[in-house]
Amino acid sequence: MKRLMSGNAALGEAAILSGCDCYFGYPITPQNELTEYMARRMGDTGGVFIQSESEIAAINMVLGASVAGARAMTSSSSPGISLKQEGISYLAADELPAVVVNMARGGPGMGNISPSQSDYFQATRGGGHGDYKTIVLAPASVPELTTVVPLAFDLADKYRNPVLILGDGMLGQMMEPVDFDELVRPADYPKDYVLDGAKDRPARSIYSLLFDTKLQEEHNWKLFRKFKLMEQNEVRYETFLTDDADMVVIAYGMGARIVKGAIKRLRQEGLKVGLLRPVTLWPFPAKALQELAKTATDFFVFEMSQGQMIEDVRLALEGQGTVHFYGRPGGVIPMPIELYRIISRHYYQTHAGSGLLKNDAAPSEHDRRARTEDAGSGNSSAIAATEDDGARRPACSEGRGVVFRQPSRGTK
Amino acid sequence: MKTIYERPKLLKPAAFHYCPGCGHGIINRLLMEVIDEMNLAEKAICVAPAGCGMLLYNYFEIDVVESPHGRGAAVATGIKRVLPNNLVFSYQGDGDLAAIGTAEGFHAANRGENITVIFVNNGVYGMTGGQMAPTTLLDQVTTTTPRGRDSILAGHPVRVCEVFSNLDGATYLERVAVNKPAAVRKAKKAIAKGFRRQLDGAGFSLVEILAPCPTNWKLGTMESCAWIDNVMVKQFPLGVVKEVPYANGGDRTTGDASSPEEDEA
Repeated sequence: MKRLMSGNAALGEAAILSGCDCYFGYPITPQNELTEYMARRMGDTGGVFIQSESEIAAINMVLGASVAGARAMTSSSSPGISLKQEGISYLAADELPAVVVNMARGGPGMGNISPSQSDYFQATRGGGHGDYKTIVLAPASVPELTTVVPLAFDLADKYRNPVLILGDGMLGQMMEPVDFDELVRPADYPKDYVLDGAKDRPARSIYSLLFDTKLQEEHNWKLFRKFKLMEQNEVRYETFLTDDADMVVIAYGMGARIVKGAIKRLRQEGLKVGLLRPVTLWPFPAKALQELAKTATDFFVFEMSQGQMIEDVRLALEGQGTVHFYGRPGGVIPMPIELYRIISRHYYQTHAGSGLLKNDAAPSEHDRRARTEDAGSGNSSAIAATEDDGARRPACSEGRGVVFRQPSRGTK
Repeated sequence: MKTIYERPKLLKPAAFHYCPGCGHGIINRLLMEVIDEMNLAEKAICVAPAGCGMLLYNYFEIDVVESPHGRGAAVATGIKRVLPNNLVFSYQGDGDLAAIGTAEGFHAANRGENITVIFVNNGVYGMTGGQMAPTTLLDQVTTTTPRGRDSILAGHPVRVCEVFSNLDGATYLERVAVNKPAAVRKAKKAIAKGFRRQLDGAGFSLVEILAPCPTNWKLGTMESCAWIDNVMVKQFPLGVVKEVPYANGGDRTTGDASSPEEDEA
């Protein structure tokens, strides 16, 4: 049965249906509806709900509940997630499962309460101190929470590692129809580490202090191998109209949703633009991007930030293709029409006159070669214009878009 | 021949890492004696701190989890809410509980979390080399108060039991010491009472234990024990600071908190 719910409430319901029996949270906008929902529902289900005295206390209560074998979750928004990093590092070091939700907002500092994607680095680079990683899931709609949330609890238990759900204020607060009928509680894994009293077994201990550097290094490599397994097995992404795309937009979460609207319009114009939406920000879908680089030449990164994921895109492409970027930091949400204009400008600059556009008169091989050669002699062809732009100054002087130019197909 | 004393069964046959004359070893031993005597080895979960007490899992034959510095009461809260019938206690130093973990301890007490905090007060940060703690006495010399603690610059020593006594959720607060045999016996009774009250669902209990730290006090072991009596107790008077009576089980009873006597039967 479909219900109209906010993302925050839907996340809470999905967590409870996924077997989450402990929730600890501290108020911060824009995720309060989740804390409030858990307060209500845990009262019904007999689960544990505590409004903690701080985000630090909440994540450490999660640690305690996880030690005791519970499926525990906490949630917050950007500044609060910074405070939780201590506990997330300990959870990773202790190999304890937990789900941490970040309904991100504009930053840095207090920032604002508008949707933002500026916590990408913090989420995908571990976030706290020490060598560790966490799987980061980035849902793009309220209905998607019904698959992402149980997946988060499953992966946390499977790898005994904290899993982050990275949304933003828009995902948290907008309402969409959502159906929980298909949601199945993830099965339990054997938990041979739980502390519940040394009854009929030897006493156990859980700690991360390893004074012996050799033991600490061994533990680090053990964690490293686990993170490699995650990289091999847990990459998730969505592609949209990429089969014939010359330009692939890479965007995640609500940003990807806005891009989809822009791409539909671009396609109506005959521009061959597709979308790669990483669902796991870490592990990043690098292989999928490398595959796309076999057919596409241009990669357009859109983020609601100054540009953070773009680093992973560049690392994945290893110099292939041309990487474009457009970002709106500070909690600004662009409309699809804005993205349509920016993406089409970049697309035309790269492709106009190359024979790839629907309205381009398909030039003969001879014409094409002639045009390319003319480019160097100052002939005012479209290709020449883009080349010059890319070499000397940002292609979009009046916008925020910046072209990061690799050798373009025009000269090949 | 009659055995009048032996090493507690729950104390692993490992050598303590504590300095000579340190109070931690006595407190570790008392905890394992009490848990053994109350037959709670199968129920007990200890939350170890950062600081001198951080290696408890090397000594305790019970379940132990390490807590981040200061978060013991929050970690214990998480465990206890999942396992209300277990004995859950945190072991925390003065820097741990009264400085970095003030919020966690204070609010666990205020919520009346049915846990026990074993609070070791030796007036210094021991493991890091003897810096000023929130409980360092006025004029006491530490590595970060080289001219003695000046209240204008560094505030006053914190009386944790007295502060917590204003919280309705805190129902048993007692300050004891481990500087002489009679005091050690009282400390043991206080620990046992804290645990008993937890099992009965009486809510938050805290036993503050004044412990010698000869290494960082720059005193001999005997002098350190005497210093507790002659100087430290003037700031931190011994005895019950708060004890709320309860009858027929406290309001935190889960209905399944069987007494150890029944367990043995």
